[in-house]
Amino acid sequence: MSDVLSRLGKHLAVAAAAFTTISFGGPASAADAAKQYFPLATFRVGAYASSGIPVWAGEIDYFRYINEVEGGINGVKLFWDECETEWEVEKGVECYERVKAGKNGSPVPIFLPHGDPISKALTEKTVADKIPQITIAYGRTESIDGRVFPYSFPVVFSFWSEASSAVNYIAEKVGGKDKLKGVKIATLYHDSPYGKETQVPLALLAKTYGFEDIQIPVPHPGNDQSAQWAKIRQLKPDYVFLRGWGVMTPVAIKTAAKTGFPVDHIIGGIWSGSEEDVRPAGAVGKGYLAVTPFPAGADFEIHKRIKENILNKGLSDLKDPKSFGSVYYNSGLIEAIISVEAIRTAQKKFGVRPITGAEAQWGLEHLKLDEARLKELGADGLVQPLELSIKDHEGGGAGKILQWDGDKWKIVSNGWVKSDRELLLPLIYERAAAYAKEKGIKPRSETEVVN
Amino acid sequence: MNLFLETLVGGLLAGVMYSLVAIGFVLIYKASGVFNFAQGSMVLFAALTFVTLREADYGFVSALLITLVVMVAGAIAIERFVLRSLVNQSDLTLFMATLGLSFVIEGLAQLLMGASVHELNLGIDDLPISLGSIQVSQFDLVAAATAGALVISLSLFFNFTRIGISLRAIADDPLAAQSIGIRLPVLWRIVWGVAGLVALVAGLLWGARQGVQFSLTLVVLKALPVLIIGGFTSIAGAIVGGLLIGASESLAEIYISDLLGGSVSTWFAYVVALGFLLVRPSGLFGEPAIERV
Amino acid sequence: MSDISLPPLSLVPEAFHVPSRWSQGPVVAWLLVIAAYVLGLVVDDYWFNAILIPFLIMAVAGLGLNLLTGYTGQASLGTGAFMSVGAFATFNLLLRAPQLPLPLSLIIGGLFAAGAGVLFGLPSLRIKGFYLTSSTLAAQFFLPWLFNEYGWFSNYTTSGAISAPRLEFLGIDLSTPAGRYFLTLTSVVALTWLSWNLVTSQVGRNWMAIRDMDTAAAVAGIPIAFNKLASFAVSSFVIGIAGALWAFAYLGTVDSRSFDLNRSFTVLFIIIIGGMGSIAGAFVGSAFVILLPILISRISATFFAGAIDAGQLQNLQKILFGGLIVYFLIREPNGLVALFSKFRRRLSQWPLKA
Repeated sequence: MSDVLSRLGKHLAVAAAAFTTISFGGPASAADAAKQYFPLATFRVGAYASSGIPVWAGEIDYFRYINEVEGGINGVKLFWDECETEWEVEKGVECYERVKAGKNGSPVPIFLPHGDPISKALTEKTVADKIPQITIAYGRTESIDGRVFPYSFPVVFSFWSEASSAVNYIAEKVGGKDKLKGVKIATLYHDSPYGKETQVPLALLAKTYGFEDIQIPVPHPGNDQSAQWAKIRQLKPDYVFLRGWGVMTPVAIKTAAKTGFPVDHIIGGIWSGSEEDVRPAGAVGKGYLAVTPFPAGADFEIHKRIKENILNKGLSDLKDPKSFGSVYYNSGLIEAIISVEAIRTAQKKFGVRPITGAEAQWGLEHLKLDEARLKELGADGLVQPLELSIKDHEGGGAGKILQWDGDKWKIVSNGWVKSDRELLLPLIYERAAAYAKEKGIKPRSETEVVN
Repeated sequence: MNLFLETLVGGLLAGVMYSLVAIGFVLIYKASGVFNFAQGSMVLFAALTFVTLREADYGFVSALLITLVVMVAGAIAIERFVLRSLVNQSDLTLFMATLGLSFVIEGLAQLLMGASVHELNLGIDDLPISLGSIQVSQFDLVAAATAGALVISLSLFFNFTRIGISLRAIADDPLAAQSIGIRLPVLWRIVWGVAGLVALVAGLLWGARQGVQFSLTLVVLKALPVLIIGGFTSIAGAIVGGLLIGASESLAEIYISDLLGGSVSTWFAYVVALGFLLVRPSGLFGEPAIERV
Repeated sequence: MSDISLPPLSLVPEAFHVPSRWSQGPVVAWLLVIAAYVLGLVVDDYWFNAILIPFLIMAVAGLGLNLLTGYTGQASLGTGAFMSVGAFATFNLLLRAPQLPLPLSLIIGGLFAAGAGVLFGLPSLRIKGFYLTSSTLAAQFFLPWLFNEYGWFSNYTTSGAISAPRLEFLGIDLSTPAGRYFLTLTSVVALTWLSWNLVTSQVGRNWMAIRDMDTAAAVAGIPIAFNKLASFAVSSFVIGIAGALWAFAYLGTVDSRSFDLNRSFTVLFIIIIGGMGSIAGAFVGSAFVILLPILISRISATFFAGAIDAGQLQNLQKILFGGLIVYFLIREPNGLVALFSKFRRRLSQWPLKA
């Protein structure tokens, strides 16, 4: 009996010691006290790794640029570490819990969950811990309403805006919104909460403009879509809006070509609009369109600066230089720019030092990036003009339309295609209010002053 | 009517693709009684190796041969280090070991060859051919032909060669087979090697269809109902099961989905498999288990 | 009482003695329970949210599956689906019948899962062995589809992601990390106690008889159909509650990958690595499957970060984990519990036997 206990006790002691030493890490370094910690939850393995790796490169390259070239954010340099999530909720939550206390005296200003499921699991935790999470181009659309979701920020482009921008682009193509009546738009969506998120806004837009909204689901993972495209062939829509993820996108493009549907009438959403999505489809992908808030391209001013100072000096995180300027690389870049600017905005109010989550929240809600500032940043044309507020955590809501030319993406829209936010916002606020009621949350007042 | 025929043909051809993967399972199950869950990762590994070699400018044939050698070498390693130590364990234990193995193979594949998505070009144009009033995919026809050729050659192998007959003996009764001098380890290595070859073919065809990326391992999931219907030990069963599943799934997706409101092909194949089993508890072509007290 | 002599089937770990160690097991168990409650008063958020709660929930899911597969010998790959039934049922009860106390909602949610278990367990009366997985596989794909498809289950949220309306009992707010931990711990203790009593009773022995040789069991007069379905029912009850806890006490939400086939495999892993046919096995297995990857990840982050590329590190971890699984299965196919027992016996005989 005693040997059982002693053995068990020994094992527990070893395990506890291991965990404790690892939890508390090494001694704090005084030199890091004036640096801002920015943990990165990344995924470099697993099914979605190829979509993730360029993103981290974009983020890390921009952070390095800020540190090396600008000397930090008003002198406060950034330091970061990575935590692998494999795009899985449990790992994402564990990463968040691991890093949220900060490191070496610096608190965590912002958390980037990089995963729709992870962000949903963290919605309440981030409120309790007062750390804002930025969910660029994904996440709950209702979190646009910061009164109900104080710490969730779907900056730049929600799925509802994505649907609306796509419709507006189609309107441009057919000659104006009044000509949308009678147009058939089939949405081929990934049969999951992510894919279904655009059903409501499309129904509303269809009612408003008179186009026919057809919804066709594709079960996960979507590697056989012959049935769906046979149906599309029968229904003969004018455009197909592709809300795919992972392997669903290249299979859709290939199957469309197989069944004779013109590939240049397929508009992919944000997560169907990267190089990694189209390349496996091969030659038939030429002409495929996508709507995205992350324009592709390496000739923006900021890219020139990064190329000169980071890439050419071998400091880039990119292993494959071909990805420089790709959609995902730019998405990381855009995310990093927004995070840095939010911290900068917070520093103006709270002082030039490492910023806490609550302060970063203020910074985000008062973030304003107009054309002039974007030009200074070198992100003119890359990042859209943004203005966030407590009632509007999205701030932008516009996208650009890209077209695949067989080798890379070209921007084919005239600047930013705006979504119909005025039309959609009332419905979004309604849904946020319903969520608040369900969870017993008291919405913040618009004029509430946060510390 | 056109929609029906097109869906049917498309479904049948998709089913053949499922069978390709299922055949790999059948081979290993037939010879060693193991349900090799690592088959999916083997498909990925084979496809990735081939694509990586091609992107390094190896010719089609040399890339193919090198990949084949790699797969066979891997098979021998698996037999030597994993299977031999797990002789006589329960089915479930062996199955779990192959699951662990699949982690190792996947990790190794990504470690050595990276995580990016690759296009696999087999030189077959995937444009539709018109057969009468319906459109059929050229690529799918090639895939079907390949699968057919594979089945025929495997059947010939099992029925007419010494090795093939020895394998059937082992499947029947390993102890008796050993007692007449058949060497189990050697034959297991051969079977795993052949399974590796099948994984290569499946990997090439599936990779050409949807690009070579991690989700290639998910094709295994559709192989399960195919195997359940066709029986775990029959190659012909794998083909018939695949055709059945492919056709019924596609037709259900078109005709039943609207009634039930969603993409029924998520679960339809499994329910069909279940239905079959209720009628024939060991699959269409499988061997019925005889119970003795 | 002497050990029951059992036929040499590899599903039965030789270390599993039912009555002879009766007095020792519960003492250790109750000590651990007290230690667990005390632990809840001292550790921080990270321990709750990332380590203890998922460990406990997966252990109890393993417990449930063990009842079905380890003790009754019915193969099942539908664990994830039954967890989702429990989660959605509890969600709808908390939402639509808020006057019910939380434990009751959990229990009724478990009963719904039990119902689903019986439904998909019916084919077990005709199909045996590995082929039986087809029934639970069908459940695994059908049930999540059902919940995804019909918005009523998730109260028509656009994102289909559900979260518990309010977790409280007797006026105490349980939505803090500590609160969720104690909720989970209490549920786990209750369910473990239930399972222990079940497997050491006549019902448990009936189940083991069915597992070992059901034809003989039928001849001996054990009602097969009733016992098989009862096993499915109780197992799914436990699994359903685990699912509800997973959704509300751990993640706070449900998404399409929470309860998918991978989850079913993970739970199966847990009981095979831990040891089938043993209560402790579920806990040991859960520690291995849930906690070991975190440990490996923390160790490599602390010692190797920067030295090896982050991506390669991850791949190495995956290979290591898979390798460990294969290694343990080779070393001791009956699971870690059997390994510990052998070790214990050797220790008690040392130094007489090297």
